[in-house]
Amino acid sequence: MIPEIGHFALILALCVAVVQGVLPIYGAMVGNSALMAVAKPAARAQFLLVVIAFCCLGYAFADKDFSVLYVASTSNSQLPLHYRLAAIWGAHEGSLLLWTLILTVWMFAVTLFSAHLPETMRSRILGVMGLVSLGFLLFMLTVSNPFERLIPAAPEGRDLNPLLQDPGMVIHPPMLYMGYVGFSVAFAFAIAALLGGNLDAAWARWSRPWTTVAWCFLTVGIAMGSGWAYYELGWGGWWFWDPVENASFMPWLAGTALVHSLAVTDKRGGFKVWTVLLAIMAFSLSLLGTFLVRSGVLTSVHAFATDPKRGLFILAFLAIVIGGSLALYAWRAPRVGLGGSFAMMSREGMLLANNVLLVAAMGSVLLGTLYPLFLDALDLGKISVGPPYFDAVFVPLMVPALFLMGIGPLAQWKKAEVPDLAKRLRWAFGVSVVTALVLPFVLGAWTPLLSLGLLMAVWIVTTAVIGLRERLAHVGGKSLLEQVSLVPRSYWGMLVAHCGIAVFVVGVTMVKGFETEKDVRMNVGETATIGDYTFRFDGAQDVVGPNYTAARGAFRVSLDGRETTTLYPEKRRYAAQNQVMTEAAIDPGLLRDLYVSLGEPLDEGAWSVRLYHKPFVDWIWGGCFIMALGGVIAISDRRYRLAWRKQEPTVQPSAGTARRKVA
Amino acid sequence: MNRFLLPLSIFIVVVGFLGVGLKLNPREIPSPLVGKAAPDFSQPHLADPEQVFAPADLKGKVWLLNFWASWCSGCKTEHPVLMELAKSGEVPIYGMDYKDQRDEALTWLRRWGNPYPVVGVDEAGRVGINYGVYGVPETYVIDKQGMIRYKQIGPLDSETVANKIIPLVKQLESQ
Amino acid sequence: MRWLVLSLMVCFSGPVWAEEAKPLAEDPVVEARLKHLAVELRCLVCQNQTLADSNAPLAEDLRREVREMLAKNMSDQEVIDFLVARYGDFVLYRPPLKATTTLLWVGPFVLLTIGATALVVTLRRRARKVVDVPVTDEEQRRVEQLLAEGGKRS
Repeated sequence: MIPEIGHFALILALCVAVVQGVLPIYGAMVGNSALMAVAKPAARAQFLLVVIAFCCLGYAFADKDFSVLYVASTSNSQLPLHYRLAAIWGAHEGSLLLWTLILTVWMFAVTLFSAHLPETMRSRILGVMGLVSLGFLLFMLTVSNPFERLIPAAPEGRDLNPLLQDPGMVIHPPMLYMGYVGFSVAFAFAIAALLGGNLDAAWARWSRPWTTVAWCFLTVGIAMGSGWAYYELGWGGWWFWDPVENASFMPWLAGTALVHSLAVTDKRGGFKVWTVLLAIMAFSLSLLGTFLVRSGVLTSVHAFATDPKRGLFILAFLAIVIGGSLALYAWRAPRVGLGGSFAMMSREGMLLANNVLLVAAMGSVLLGTLYPLFLDALDLGKISVGPPYFDAVFVPLMVPALFLMGIGPLAQWKKAEVPDLAKRLRWAFGVSVVTALVLPFVLGAWTPLLSLGLLMAVWIVTTAVIGLRERLAHVGGKSLLEQVSLVPRSYWGMLVAHCGIAVFVVGVTMVKGFETEKDVRMNVGETATIGDYTFRFDGAQDVVGPNYTAARGAFRVSLDGRETTTLYPEKRRYAAQNQVMTEAAIDPGLLRDLYVSLGEPLDEGAWSVRLYHKPFVDWIWGGCFIMALGGVIAISDRRYRLAWRKQEPTVQPSAGTARRKVA
Repeated sequence: MNRFLLPLSIFIVVVGFLGVGLKLNPREIPSPLVGKAAPDFSQPHLADPEQVFAPADLKGKVWLLNFWASWCSGCKTEHPVLMELAKSGEVPIYGMDYKDQRDEALTWLRRWGNPYPVVGVDEAGRVGINYGVYGVPETYVIDKQGMIRYKQIGPLDSETVANKIIPLVKQLESQ
Repeated sequence: MRWLVLSLMVCFSGPVWAEEAKPLAEDPVVEARLKHLAVELRCLVCQNQTLADSNAPLAEDLRREVREMLAKNMSDQEVIDFLVARYGDFVLYRPPLKATTTLLWVGPFVLLTIGATALVVTLRRRARKVVDVPVTDEEQRRVEQLLAEGGKRS
């Protein structure tokens, strides 16, 4: 009964989505405010209906209702409750429901925070989001219904993929989807503006906080996925350039470009056409990612079970949504005005140069991901494009971007003077170069990449310090505290996010440069030393988990003869699918991770063991979280708080005035 | 051309490729060995380890080399098709027992029938590597000069046998 | 408690107990070379893993094969040629530069060049249009004054 309610709620949601997608947009076209007024209640009703459906599926999982096909195939009676609930998004159908749920969450948020928007704009935005949601609901109800019954019911479920039975997997997908789907808001703003034909700079001001929030979620989501791969796959790697990872990385690159380009449009009213294109691109890449993961056109470690019918549906959906928006873009964009002027050598110019680099990087990831498919489709052979390729093309594209990151925030808007910039930046440059040359020797190994990475990280931080110092001096204020509070939050946010990048770069550089690993055969009582740490194997014991049995090794770790910790890596065998999983044990630290994973049992209680010493590895994810924190600080800026307050007159964009003056 | 149409054009091209991609199987890897000489080997017979099975013995004949194993479920699916083909006498199918236990392989053949005049044993998987085998079952069509002419990845079905293998064998026989 | 301390002391001091574990590999030099090579090679049967990371039986066989070749002092290129002759370019995660992969390798840099050129051209054209080609010195002066004001404002 409960699953049928869920199913029915989805059907109702579909009907509401049709209404929401058609009436308000039509109303905005003909200027009928009764029709436009439908948007808000429709969006809220849809949100409620999808929440009901989601809860029904959750109930079916909690209740171990194996008469629901999806529950029977992704859950098991032995599976603990929190994993049964996480299993809602453990496979294709349910994760699609999560997608739709999150889309309606964003829709609901738009209805809450859009009081200041003109009615036509709001109804177009919600209408566009309704149309996107229509596509996903239709997809679910036709070829991926999570509520499909299995009659007679299965006596036992097939269990959740053991790889996904992990706390990280409970929150990683919702975070990632919040990011992916969050770009649908920026997308809807862009399409609404194109439909209305008025792309004023206010549009950029409105989209900025939404885009930043989505970007923060995506950043955290990707970082968590990477962290999960690090400790769960047992290979000690954190990024594999797998198609599924690329599918989440491309929207991130486009989104990052969008965040920066919105700054130009907001400030100068310029490059609106480009910004709109980026908004369309960010969401299109999210949709493309969905297609790549679920259609089976590419092989990946994490891909969902695939079905050509589904692939065809998403492709058609993709063609309609993206093709339609790009056609609309081609039709409307030529009429958009130019905005205020600025020189190439200016903060705007550098933001756009950064955009070029980010988009080129995004294009390269896309090219590398799809290239094997292109060749195969043309019958020119099968190739693999993997980490060596991406590393080779990505690093040269990112180095100038990181370099610009240091200069950009210090350059003046409209027009900057090179000699002036050079003068202000000279000591940052000096410090960076000296650190990059000396530090690797102090650390004990010099490689060009190590130096380059440190150069970039120190450069970003030192330039940020200079920028902050100038800014503090500029705002006036008596005490330092007052100065700090006078600097706008958006500036702090930018600074923090950029330093997050620096932290990330340090992490990557240090791990690549100094990580060590050892494959050893360890008898009980034997020791192995890696990175000054001594590991003593105390033998492995059998342990029984809720739905698995495992051999758990004990490793006593000591540094200079002092015992620091004991690590318990496991080799688990999950009963339902008879699948063996390696659970690495990690001792995390600010300066290094110690990582142990059990290989195979050898004779006489000995095991093959893999040990890693990974310096600064946690800085990789720490950097991502700092970036996201920067985003959060930026959206708490006064301007946005004002913009969100109800009945506030729309913020007069600075760019509008600039343009009028110049023209 | 209107430069604002550029994104749409690129997108249409990509969608075209993705559409074609849906019909392709990304896991099927074509063999670079087709058109090249079949790698040599000399492996013991499964039935009688004293005897040696080598491709040189089959010079002048068109034959199939089928990699299989008793642990492989695809081989079970394929097996009736092989039996049928063997019975028709169109072409001899030589087997290569890939990374298997001898007694289990023998039991398997006793239980399901033996379509092979000779089965070689590739216990370490070395012959497999030389032939570029990456998953059993895989089947090679080898011509009179000892050249590989076709590689079937995955189980043979009666359709492939009728439409591809037999016409190819006939053509090779007449050369 | 005392017993625990005592046994711990025995554990740490006992010569039998504190033996250093042996590396799994017989030849560390070969193993390092294998590792270096295997991260650039694709495991054929897996979804998308390197030969170094995979536990599939075929991956193990191939590692064994590569190890033997390296022990015979064959060069990395010879090993790669051996694998490519059997499995094609598919085994290489670093696609070789060929006619069919030219676009893949130069694409990113072409993209960057096009992007940079487009940006410079657009900014130039735009600068002309927005300032709408000053005719008189008076106008030119006024525009420059305005630009300067705009610069100060931030």
